[in-house]
Amino acid sequence: MKTMSSTNNYILGVYDDEDEVLHAVSEVKSKGIKIEEVYTPFPIHGLDTALGHPRTRLPIAAFMFGCLGLVCAQALINYTMVFDWPMIIGGKDFFALPDWIPITFEGTVLFTAFGLVTTFCISNDLYPGKKPEILDIRITDDRFVMAINVDKNKKSAADIKKALKDSGAVEVNVK
Amino acid sequence: MAGHSHFSPANVEEHFEFSSEGKKRIIYGFIAGIVALIIGIYLLSKGESGGHEVAAAGHEAANAGHEANAAGHEAAGHLSGGAASHQPAAGEHYDWTNRIWANVWLNAVFFTGISVIGMFFVSLQYLAKAGWSSVLKRVPEAFPKFLYVTLPILLAVFFFKGDVIFHWMHHGVTEVGSENYDKIIAGKSGYLNKPFFIARLIGFGAIWLILWNMLRKKSLEEDLVGGTEIFTKLVRIGVAFIVIFGLSSSMFAWDWVMSIDTHWFSTMFGWYMFSSWHVTGLAIITLTVLLLKDKGYMSYVNENHLHDLGKFMFAFSIFWSYVWFSQFLLIYYANFPEETIYFLERWEGHNKIYKTSEILNILFNFLFPFLVLMTRDAKRTRIFLKIACFFIISGHYIDFYQMIMPGVVGPHGGYGLVEFGMLTAFSCAFIYVISDELTKASLVAKNHPFLPEALHHDI
Repeated sequence: MKTMSSTNNYILGVYDDEDEVLHAVSEVKSKGIKIEEVYTPFPIHGLDTALGHPRTRLPIAAFMFGCLGLVCAQALINYTMVFDWPMIIGGKDFFALPDWIPITFEGTVLFTAFGLVTTFCISNDLYPGKKPEILDIRITDDRFVMAINVDKNKKSAADIKKALKDSGAVEVNVK
Repeated sequence: MAGHSHFSPANVEEHFEFSSEGKKRIIYGFIAGIVALIIGIYLLSKGESGGHEVAAAGHEAANAGHEANAAGHEAAGHLSGGAASHQPAAGEHYDWTNRIWANVWLNAVFFTGISVIGMFFVSLQYLAKAGWSSVLKRVPEAFPKFLYVTLPILLAVFFFKGDVIFHWMHHGVTEVGSENYDKIIAGKSGYLNKPFFIARLIGFGAIWLILWNMLRKKSLEEDLVGGTEIFTKLVRIGVAFIVIFGLSSSMFAWDWVMSIDTHWFSTMFGWYMFSSWHVTGLAIITLTVLLLKDKGYMSYVNENHLHDLGKFMFAFSIFWSYVWFSQFLLIYYANFPEETIYFLERWEGHNKIYKTSEILNILFNFLFPFLVLMTRDAKRTRIFLKIACFFIISGHYIDFYQMIMPGVVGPHGGYGLVEFGMLTAFSCAFIYVISDELTKASLVAKNHPFLPEALHHDI
């Protein structure tokens, strides 16, 4: 959901109970309505499964960044300690692999951490100075909001509103 | 959705049945192990007659080491004394039966660890007031029963054959003027002496068993009466055990394993052995739960609980690698001869017979579990968990083999029928005792206050 400036495309069902919104998700979905997202003040167990969101691919990215970090750390140490200016430390070989394990580990962790945070921010369209786009300010407090994009649904706006009301929404708004 | 949603804990009991068929199979396995052991012993008694040259070489090196020591060249004494693996002491001939006692000791230490980790795991869950593990806590809770087998074995081997295992128990090593006198060992005799060693073994062993019996009794009482009062008491027992175990696991690591290489020491050894015990115990817990599930028990243990066990195994495999490597790195980097001898012995010493095991140790205990258990799906899939369990359990057997064998039998070690038979016999005895203990209580702690939470565990 990249932009949500008031386009009147969104119908928002506001709920006041976490169990209710969880049940409402499957109820609304069973009527053939596509839910774009559910916003909650805190994580709800089973919501992702109920919404049918695909699993995040961040772990794969983490693994890739880790491998990159490992290679970069090894390349740096090999270049400085073996090729550019070979140095004997503590009577060991130039290529003293055990000595390098801690640095390799740190390099792996560092690349993974920074890589993941950066990937997460990019994929969620977050950057410093970004203006928050909040559908309903109460989702930061005590309300649960189900957002449905009318353009992406075959059902009419009236049907969607009715389905939301039936599923226990305390309010239905358009934004 | 998972079938456990209608599970009502208060009126469900599930009892493990130890079928006579299963009993028979385990007893046959035990007999097969003993037969293999006897054949192995026979071959060993024949084979050693041809191994005189190696034995003689070791013997000479040992002599050289002890002479150098007696002459006061401490560093040289460390080196050659260590290289000859402290066995046999000067003036003694290597006895081929030593390898049998080394194997008894190895398996007894290994299985003591697995058994006591059952108690440690349950205590830790109580200490953390963890909910998820309450569905499977009856499995680790049964493990310490096997301490009744291993602790007497340890005591008997120490009492009758201690001088085979431990350099510091050789005759005259602490007596000034004796031809075996060893200044370094004499300096350690305040801690490493027979009465104190036995007192530690019996004292801590008894406390372990007493605390386990208390925990077990209270836990079974909870099944009958319910409520939260017993839970609070169990938390207290768990806390007491953790404190005792923190001290005793380190001391037993020094006593049972580190003091084999008496001259050598490592400040990380307590942690190293504990981590090896812990990850093996976790793998055995996981494997037991998986096998029970395969037999149709514990349907309420779902992939979320398995995921947690998988995370435990993954994390503590890495923890073991971290501790093993930290111990190695410090010694490698500092490069003191009296410390590096430990790894030289295992890498290049004794005609390189321990080198393969040392490589397998790292592959089985770090690399394979790390790669197999890395993804979320692997930790939730039974076959991947079983593969990881196989690597971890066999890998840590090798780890203990590496800790004990080079110091006790030196160049006479190897993997043969003796090792195979002894491990099989101990494993079958362990399986038998644990299966028998599992039948004595419901597999689900039905009145555990956190059971409803555990049944709805979702990660």
